Amino acid sequence: MLGFQDWGVTLAYVGTIVSAVICVVYGIVNWNKPRENEESEINEELEWEKNDPELKEGDI
Amino acid sequence: MNMIFLGFVVILYLSVIAFLGYRGYKRTKSTSDYLLAGRKIHPMIMAISYGATFISTSAIVGFGGAAAVFGMGVLWLTVLNIFVGIFIAFVFFGLRTRKMGHNLDAHTFPELLGRRFDSRFLQTAGGLLIFLAMPLYAAAIILGGAQFMSTTLAIPYEVSLVVFVGIVAMYVIMGGMRGVMYTDAFQGTIMFVSMTILLVTIYSSTGGVVAAHTKLTALAPQAVNIWGGAGHQGWTAMPVFWSPLWQQLVTTIVLGVGIGVLAQPQLVVRFMTVKSGHELNRAVLAGGVFIMMMTGVAFVVGALANVYFFEQTGNIALLAAGKKTDAIIPLFIKDAMPWWFTSLFMITLLAAAMSTLSSQFHSMGSAFGRDFLEKGLKVKIKDSITVNKLAMIAAILFSTLLAFGLPLFYQEGTAIIATGTAIFFGLCASAFLPMFVGAFYFKRMSATAALASFWAGIGVSLFALIFIHIKESKPLGLCNFLFGTDTLIPVLQNLDPLIMALPVSVITAVVVTFFSKPPSQKVIDKAFKNINK
Repeated sequence: MLGFQDWGVTLAYVGTIVSAVICVVYGIVNWNKPRENEESEINEELEWEKNDPELKEGDI
Repeated sequence: MNMIFLGFVVILYLSVIAFLGYRGYKRTKSTSDYLLAGRKIHPMIMAISYGATFISTSAIVGFGGAAAVFGMGVLWLTVLNIFVGIFIAFVFFGLRTRKMGHNLDAHTFPELLGRRFDSRFLQTAGGLLIFLAMPLYAAAIILGGAQFMSTTLAIPYEVSLVVFVGIVAMYVIMGGMRGVMYTDAFQGTIMFVSMTILLVTIYSSTGGVVAAHTKLTALAPQAVNIWGGAGHQGWTAMPVFWSPLWQQLVTTIVLGVGIGVLAQPQLVVRFMTVKSGHELNRAVLAGGVFIMMMTGVAFVVGALANVYFFEQTGNIALLAAGKKTDAIIPLFIKDAMPWWFTSLFMITLLAAAMSTLSSQFHSMGSAFGRDFLEKGLKVKIKDSITVNKLAMIAAILFSTLLAFGLPLFYQEGTAIIATGTAIFFGLCASAFLPMFVGAFYFKRMSATAALASFWAGIGVSLFALIFIHIKESKPLGLCNFLFGTDTLIPVLQNLDPLIMALPVSVITAVVVTFFSKPPSQKVIDKAFKNINK
């Protein structure tokens, strides 16, 4: 198939494209996920910035 | 090649790099900025930076050349690069790394593990391992980059080495993680454009996708004639099962590099640079396509170079390139591609080397500065950024000296690049992978188990490198000196050390977990806050 000699290489070639397609589809489907945590993530971020002991004064 | 055009392209490239490095410097104000780019990097930049760091010159030239010998079976590595290196890495590890890194306020990979297992010693030892082992990998990249610059620009090796290291050192030390990621994104873009042009050209010059593959299949007798004894069956077929070529292809090239990528400190740290979980999901899209266009294209071009050279010269690629695997891709570019592309490709290779090296410098510096000196030995100098900058300078000097010294001990310069990369990947996976998986998916895993698997992984890896895996044990010579033979177990001499060390490390982690005290609930609750399951 596809001009290859054996199935081992055919699978590798097709597998390369399929893996990339899986990444694309996953990225699109989950573009805005995980949404349920977004609010807590923002709060956490603010909290973290407030409490970051290694942030120098006047950096925010 | 037109030297004026090349000079113009090089200057333009370096100016953009300098500008991006300066931007990173101006925006770096805190330790979190310096180590994690303030945790607010755009997913696209993160994905390309991850990919550009992952893919070095040796992945394109070295492994592309290997594809000219092994054939398209090397594409199994691309499958793992995308599926394991991007999909599994981002979805099953990335999201949790980011969240847990946040919960534990971790700034580096060893710090994440140290805090998750509540062991300062683990952070210190992990940092030290990275600082001691990564220079080998960095030296391999420096060697490749400097050799390449020296041949291209016709300048002495020593000069190109100092210039090459100097430029990267400048923007890494000054710009920190921001400098590294901004320049990575630019370098990754050049790599992507260049490889796309290469893919289109190779298929159009060999008659189209299926026609090109069919021509390569027809050349099988040429391959069997040379490597048939070692198991070769043609460039579009896998080698004979368990033959020496099969073992090398499957264990060292495909599994060694393909799985080793999961516990790479310089890659893991990137998961902690984005703002939220969904940005990592978005990055999967760009990362998967990017890697396919890097190793996927390099391997297809490497294998199909045989068709091109056979049609042009009557010789297969390896013979046309004077039996030097690493010379195949550059020769193909020079012969088959338009003159302007040669210059673009040179910048591409320089970008690939620089983007990998910058992250290595950054990881070694933070491992030595943050994990070993600051947290382990409690060293306090002025402020945290200064400690990391000084540690980075030490790491850069160490790797550069190694890059100066390596060719003196080992004549086959090109082999060092692939070997150095493979050793580091294997060592990292054996030492860190079981505890990295355990950190996220097995709350019961204890610090004792993590440390036991860490030492077991390192121990078996080193033993296999010195006494079994002939590719290293022979040039090292210690096995021969002590026992009068190059390998203690001939039947395993072609198996990658990772294949032996990783299972031992995993079993050690599991067994010790059941016989040691579980971690305190307080640490677990803190680490797993807002992490489902």
